[in-house]
Amino acid sequence: MSTLTPTVQLPRLETTGRVAFYRVLLSEWTKLRSVRSTKWSLGVGFLLTIAFPILFAVVTRTHWHSMSPHERADRHPLDIALAGVNVAQLAIAVLGVLLITAEYSTGSIRSTFTAVPKRLPVLWAKLIDYAVVAFVLTVPAVLVSFFASQAILANIQPLQISFTHPGVARAVLGGALYVMLVGIFALALGAIVRNTAGGIAAFAAIFFVLPPLMNVLPLSWNHAISQYLPLESGGQLFALHHGAHTLRPLTGGLVFAAYCAAAIVIAAVLLVRRDV
Amino acid sequence: MIEARELTKDYGSKRAVDGLSFTVRPGIVTGFLGPNGSGKSTTMRLILGLDAPTDGDVTVNGRHYRDHPAPLHEVGALLEARSVHTGRSAYNHLLALAQTHGIPKRRVAELIDLVGLHEVARKRTGQFSLGMGQRLGIAQALLGDPKTVMLDEPGNGLDPEGIQWVRSLLKSLAAEGRTVFVSSHLMGEMALTADHLIVIGRGKLIADTSVDDFVARASQKVVIVRSPELERLRHALVGPNVSFGEAGRGALEVHGLTAEQVGDTAAAAGIALHELTPQQASLEEAFMNLTRDDLEFAAEMEEAVA
Repeated sequence: MSTLTPTVQLPRLETTGRVAFYRVLLSEWTKLRSVRSTKWSLGVGFLLTIAFPILFAVVTRTHWHSMSPHERADRHPLDIALAGVNVAQLAIAVLGVLLITAEYSTGSIRSTFTAVPKRLPVLWAKLIDYAVVAFVLTVPAVLVSFFASQAILANIQPLQISFTHPGVARAVLGGALYVMLVGIFALALGAIVRNTAGGIAAFAAIFFVLPPLMNVLPLSWNHAISQYLPLESGGQLFALHHGAHTLRPLTGGLVFAAYCAAAIVIAAVLLVRRDV
Repeated sequence: MIEARELTKDYGSKRAVDGLSFTVRPGIVTGFLGPNGSGKSTTMRLILGLDAPTDGDVTVNGRHYRDHPAPLHEVGALLEARSVHTGRSAYNHLLALAQTHGIPKRRVAELIDLVGLHEVARKRTGQFSLGMGQRLGIAQALLGDPKTVMLDEPGNGLDPEGIQWVRSLLKSLAAEGRTVFVSSHLMGEMALTADHLIVIGRGKLIADTSVDDFVARASQKVVIVRSPELERLRHALVGPNVSFGEAGRGALEVHGLTAEQVGDTAAAAGIALHELTPQQASLEEAFMNLTRDDLEFAAEMEEAVA
């Protein structure tokens, strides 16, 4: 038996380019948008950021007449408007970790680093793409949350606050900035840990386990240290009132940004050094 | 052109690649042969700069892979381990890689057609069969029209038709003057595809030779001989490097002598022969013979440790 195999010919590529940073940005954007879990996490995060404030506003309005004066005094319109930020930060953090750890678990990181063997442009591109996406999605979400919750609470005079009131616009947009920084921190954490479960656990430990642990310290230590923890310092970006043992918004934001920068530096050094 | 010099890689206390030096030349298909676990995939990762060598050096087309401004035009690689995000479609996977070099979308479509994945290009790769994944990997390797093509076990998961297709492709790539470096643990497949062989065992170079020379060198001389005076014949043939095996009633398997030597010795001793058949060792046997010592040593070591 004789079989004639037709010759397989690879078509030539008429244009040749080289790796450039804007191209890596585009490539990482394609990756970001082309995985179903990304769209789901971002969509659900966006909706919950709006849904929680609306829900809290509705509940507050229907129960307002039965609340004690003390309970009423405890309500603050910005707490209601920005309730969704706490939800958004979790969605954005998990996705941030996943954006890089999924590359390791599926092995696609090998393809990625074969195309961009200098590696660092990939990290920068992922960070920039994701930060932009997180910010661009969260800004409208917090704005809608603010105005929708204010509209629902229109009849309750003590819970009305103007967007132009000092610090309000900063707190609302600061919520979006905070969520973006959380995304950056989580992505860097994922790049360091390279494992999804480990990355999410590390994030949860730093953000949600460490702060209550401070309560076992002597109060003076607790007051001195707690304000510099990531959650507490970053949280000042969207807090309207600042206590004796909390940082100002700008300082808090800078401290949180410094944590992000440190995580990025560690991630970058390890990324270049480690085998994949 | 791939040039490795004293390439060495340790993982902890285990030495995966041990002082490998070789050159893979353009214009021919070079087979990279060794048993599973002999260091082939590690060597390929070192070539691509995915892993850093513990010692030694390897360059592709004259530079470290990392220093090429357009690596996908230099080397196209199919890695044995999975290297695709399972949640992404084949099209988007290739598109994201193409975009890093400004390779146009139509090139992605062109390669999807070339490897026959048109129907499933928009499906998530997690649903792909092994063969489909392998075709996607080949498309990825060829995306940048690379000067050097490096494929790790390209036949894995492919049906016979697919294997023949790959074979034809590799030969045509080499004929165009590209460097083609293909790994396999199957000697038979390599003999049909490769012109030159680099054989390794336990991370060390065993042979760097043409396919023909390799077979000639590794083949053992085995002759089946049948005679009514088998015992006398056995005594007449005894010598250094000669050994005997059972070959059924009235027959003897002679190792280490050619058919001519056996026939002449029998004639000189006046022993009648009823059969004299030289046995050509198969390629697979040749390969096994060459790497057996390494495997035995490895097995002994494992026993000693356990």
